Amino acid sequence: MTPGLAIPGLAAIVSQRLEVVVVAVLICAVIFELIRRKHLMERYAILWLVLGLTILVLAAWKGLLTSFSHAVGIYYPPAALFAVAFLFVLALLLHFSIVLSRLSDQNKILAQRVALLQERLERGKRPGEAGGGETAPPETENTTTQEPTRTQ
Amino acid sequence: MNRNLAIVPAYNEAEAVGATIAAIHRWAPEFDVLVIDDGSVDDTAGVAAAAGARVLRMPYNLGIGGGMQAGYVYARENGYEIAVQVDGDGQHDPSQIKDLLACLREHPELNMVTGSRFLDETDADGYRSSAARRVGIRIFARVLSTITGQRVTDPTSGFRMTDRKGIELFATDYPMDYPEVEAIMLMHTHRLRSCEIPVTMEPRLTGSSAIAAPQSVYYMVKVLLAVFVALFRKRPVRDAGPAVEQT
Repeated sequence: MTPGLAIPGLAAIVSQRLEVVVVAVLICAVIFELIRRKHLMERYAILWLVLGLTILVLAAWKGLLTSFSHAVGIYYPPAALFAVAFLFVLALLLHFSIVLSRLSDQNKILAQRVALLQERLERGKRPGEAGGGETAPPETENTTTQEPTRTQ
Repeated sequence: MNRNLAIVPAYNEAEAVGATIAAIHRWAPEFDVLVIDDGSVDDTAGVAAAAGARVLRMPYNLGIGGGMQAGYVYARENGYEIAVQVDGDGQHDPSQIKDLLACLREHPELNMVTGSRFLDETDADGYRSSAARRVGIRIFARVLSTITGQRVTDPTSGFRMTDRKGIELFATDYPMDYPEVEAIMLMHTHRLRSCEIPVTMEPRLTGSSAIAAPQSVYYMVKVLLAVFVALFRKRPVRDAGPAVEQT
């Protein structure tokens, strides 16, 4: 780059970078606000905060993207950015699939438990079958130990 | 209270489930009947209760696997020693429950007995199904026979009886949808033993199969994937309880 061209170019880049910084800060602010209103659990917000901070750092730290892309052997820095962004989105989607699978499993266990409890409740109410609930005490202990409790 | 439980999955089977329950009461009086009403929109639960069955009313349509597992949890928690699955649509003949029971009694080393439509060669035409479906069944049968090292002819049969170990295993871990084939893998993984005996099945009286034609490709792929993945589960994912031997 010749110095003569660099001066107007630099001004344009700086203003562009400012815009990007503003966008990144906005993303972080929205995430923060969603957490504050309890619309988003911290557990799932962390990934989005990482995204916002990454954009912020890349926008503020001039040359980081360029040196990173050269370090991994990508000639065109925006391509490196796209590659990283794409991987991030893939990871996020995979994460959601895992969460969804776990939720389905937990939801199934809850539904089964509701049906079992309802049956016991209705059997207890029916006249002549009041003895149906007598097997209850040892069972509850059993289920709590055998059903998997999954937490992250 | 009986020590044996007949688990009857029923989804919108108000027309057929009453006859099934009556037949179980008649042919297998030593079995309590538990109907799994898997989120039916008709009066399946009411008909079943009126026919003298216990009813588990799933809060929404969980699918056959989730419903069946609820039945096994019920069996485990109420101390049943034997559980048999009998479809609510009249496909399975309750008069053959005694054959399954006799087989299990004769061979205490077995944990599960499955009624097979295809074991009795002379009666091969007794049960008709579409060609595509038969091909699918044959593929599963071949795969499972190879993996388990014993002859499996009807891996999709839901007419099955398990002992207490089987009940405990299925109460803890049971495949969510299209469970029959995977359940055989599950038994194999947990080193429980099973066998087949010949049965005859009726064409279904009412309702439609859980496996509709457009989903059959998904069904094949999903089950084959599950079986493949199960090969790499050397040890039980979840402990099926102290009754299961582990090596």
